[in-house]
Amino acid sequence: MAIGVKVLERPIDQTSYVRATLKGMALTLKHLVSPEKVTVQYPEEKWALSPRWRGTHRMLTTEDGKSKCVACGLCPTVCPANCIKLVPGEDEKGNRYPLVFEIDEFRCIFCGYCQEVCPEEAIHVGRHYENSEYSREGFVYDLERLMSQTHPVCEMWDPADPKGE
Amino acid sequence: MSPFVLALQAQAPAAAAVPLQHLAEPENQFVWFLATVVKMLVIFTIYMIGVMMVIWAERRICAFIQDRRGPNRVGPHGLLQSVADGVKNIMKEETYPGQANLPLFILAPAMSFTVALITWAVIPYGAPWHSKWGVIDMAIAPMPIGFLFVLAIGSLGVYGIVLAGWASNNKYSLLGGLRSSAQMISYEIGMGMSTIPVLLLAGNVSLNRIVEQQGGWGLHWNVINCTIAFIIFMIAAFAETNRLPFDLPEAESELIAGYHSEYSAMKFSMFFIAEYANMMTASALMATLFLGGWDIPFTMWDNVAPHTLIKTLLTFGMVWAKILFFVFVFIWIRWTLPRFRYDQLMSLGWKLMLPVALAYIVVVATLTLVLDWVGIHPSDWRFAVTMLVVNLVLVGLLFGVVDRGRLISPAYSRLDKRNLDKLRQVTRDREHLATAGRAGGTGD
Repeated sequence: MAIGVKVLERPIDQTSYVRATLKGMALTLKHLVSPEKVTVQYPEEKWALSPRWRGTHRMLTTEDGKSKCVACGLCPTVCPANCIKLVPGEDEKGNRYPLVFEIDEFRCIFCGYCQEVCPEEAIHVGRHYENSEYSREGFVYDLERLMSQTHPVCEMWDPADPKGE
Repeated sequence: MSPFVLALQAQAPAAAAVPLQHLAEPENQFVWFLATVVKMLVIFTIYMIGVMMVIWAERRICAFIQDRRGPNRVGPHGLLQSVADGVKNIMKEETYPGQANLPLFILAPAMSFTVALITWAVIPYGAPWHSKWGVIDMAIAPMPIGFLFVLAIGSLGVYGIVLAGWASNNKYSLLGGLRSSAQMISYEIGMGMSTIPVLLLAGNVSLNRIVEQQGGWGLHWNVINCTIAFIIFMIAAFAETNRLPFDLPEAESELIAGYHSEYSAMKFSMFFIAEYANMMTASALMATLFLGGWDIPFTMWDNVAPHTLIKTLLTFGMVWAKILFFVFVFIWIRWTLPRFRYDQLMSLGWKLMLPVALAYIVVVATLTLVLDWVGIHPSDWRFAVTMLVVNLVLVGLLFGVVDRGRLISPAYSRLDKRNLDKLRQVTRDREHLATAGRAGGTGD
């Protein structure tokens, strides 16, 4: 026996393998017949997402179907993952609009800064998480695609409790 | 000649008074041949489907125990999951380790699978059918040495595992195989010894005769007559089938997967099927030896003539009910208990189960002899009641007194009492010295 091994005094006279086994079997049987299961049957039933869930992006539009984005450049600036590509343009009336607006959903870390920083409430992170594509290129969402998303958007805070208290 | 043998012989005529059912096979050889072929096909089919269903049941039950749902996608309630797995395994690539001993590597899964299957040939799975073509016994091969055959074939089961472990040329597989052989040999002895009381009561090793002896209202089932033997047999059956808490040959955490680490695709599947086939075989044996086989409890109807087809079918259902009950117990225990440590396994087998089984043979033999002198025959209800009372006392003793930290040894059990005391003394001395040193201020 190695030196320094601590030998515990165990209450041998009080231990019983058979009784412990029977107790364990009663416990497993209770779980066996209990109808409460933790598994969520995924494609059929889904978890209710929190209103603050930050998922797939969505670009909101004005009434006449154009994007609300004014190409101010704040979201690509604040984006820590550097996943937003924005090329600003200007129409004849001097209104700025995005010529190119792309979000690489693979690079995105879904921090939600873009939504927080947007002065026009145009870009949003959404309550949606089911993204699958056959190629990596498919995950670069362009303006069209961002505008055509229909899922509910994230509420960055609970209006009733804005400080998260 | 010993008085016990005389007593056994004295019982023999009385035993013959019970209607003997292992009659000669039908006179017509053709009928006999046809019946055997049909029985083989029926039992093989039911058995294979049963294995599939048991695999499904295991996954389902374990999921329920863990508050999950288990496989429920393929077919209704996931019933076809095993079919899907089988198809997948057939289509998978077979891999062969470069240094493996190929003939043995291929032979091993077949060995363990076949051996599990063969035992079923002798198990009586229904009351004999007195058809108009003659008496058709409801065991594929109603051997007069039935039980010995079961023991002999059961011992072969270890070959598949040891061969697999050795042929894989992998140290973990080899360790798994070795552990398995040691385990199975150890528990084989306990298992064999625990069945001797049953054989004493039946006075025969033919499984048909053992089932007949238990026939009646259900009072003469050996689980009542030989409770301790039943408990030992059941524990040994767990060890023989390598199920938890005795699954040391596999021991994922220590040996990866033990003897079948190197197997893939259908060969792995064969081991998997063999495990469940073994489980069903052990269940069938427990049902036959201890739970009256095809006997329906609380009724005499199934034990007396006429032995019609409906009676055969009902008793057939009864056997399966009992088998499935034991299968459920197997699964239930598996998902309740953790694995034993190796020394616990060995000391349970050799130091507890074997002596208890041996002592129990003496107890049952003595009781039978004493009761016979008093004039109570084993087929008498008073015999069963006496045995029941004695067994309850013994079970109480075993679980109340022996099971006090001695049944499964705790963590330090590898030391004997003397060494343990010495070690504790050393610990105490060292602490004493340390405190003395601090007090004297001479700490270095």
